[in-house]
Amino acid sequence: MNDGTGNVDETENDQNVKKIMFVMRSAPHGTIYSYEGLETVLIMAAFEQDLTMVFIGDGLFALVKDQMTDDIGIKGFIKTYGVLDDYEVEKIYVDRISMEERGLVPEDFAIDIEVKEAEEIAAIMENQHAIIPY
Amino acid sequence: MLHTVNKSPFTHNTLTEAARFATKGSVILLIEDGTLAARSGSKHEPALKEIMSRNDVYALEPDMKARGVGSVAEGVKLVDYDGFVDLVAQHKTNTWL
Repeated sequence: MNDGTGNVDETENDQNVKKIMFVMRSAPHGTIYSYEGLETVLIMAAFEQDLTMVFIGDGLFALVKDQMTDDIGIKGFIKTYGVLDDYEVEKIYVDRISMEERGLVPEDFAIDIEVKEAEEIAAIMENQHAIIPY
Repeated sequence: MLHTVNKSPFTHNTLTEAARFATKGSVILLIEDGTLAARSGSKHEPALKEIMSRNDVYALEPDMKARGVGSVAEGVKLVDYDGFVDLVAQHKTNTWL
């Protein structure tokens, strides 16, 4: 929108962009939550929202590479995580304690993630318009 | 931030996990099976006390009564549905399902 001074009305634009965090705490395959969470992120990314994904607890297993789902008769969705970069979803964080508790290291994950302390994640949570659990 | 927990501490580590992300001034509200954490004398009481040393913990009384939780660990603040609404109005909500 042009306000007559030649400036694009960024206020209106900014109001349409919300900071939304997806808290991913479900393991993949046992329930549909983890996959649904990823789908929702991609939909909201198409609307150019300011998205953050944080992986806590068993949610981390959704990111582990070399998931071989053929024998349980499902397609798996780890490859879909690869498109997050194309959608400019770049704030992808993993809780350090959850990672260590599960014997995981950053190299186990299929995509680039940033390992963060609970305190850092909590501070980011405080800064969101909405937090959506999956 | 208002962190709501609806899972029993006897089957899930949701309360422990939520508490780890509770900043100073954040409060925790136990609802549904989450209220089982408020029972005094349970094995989870020490952990609950530890959480309450940093953050206020509320429990939804109708859910507690429905489950016969009975005696409540000292320090847990009970709220009814109106109190629940007040907490939601006062804080941003973080739901730990």
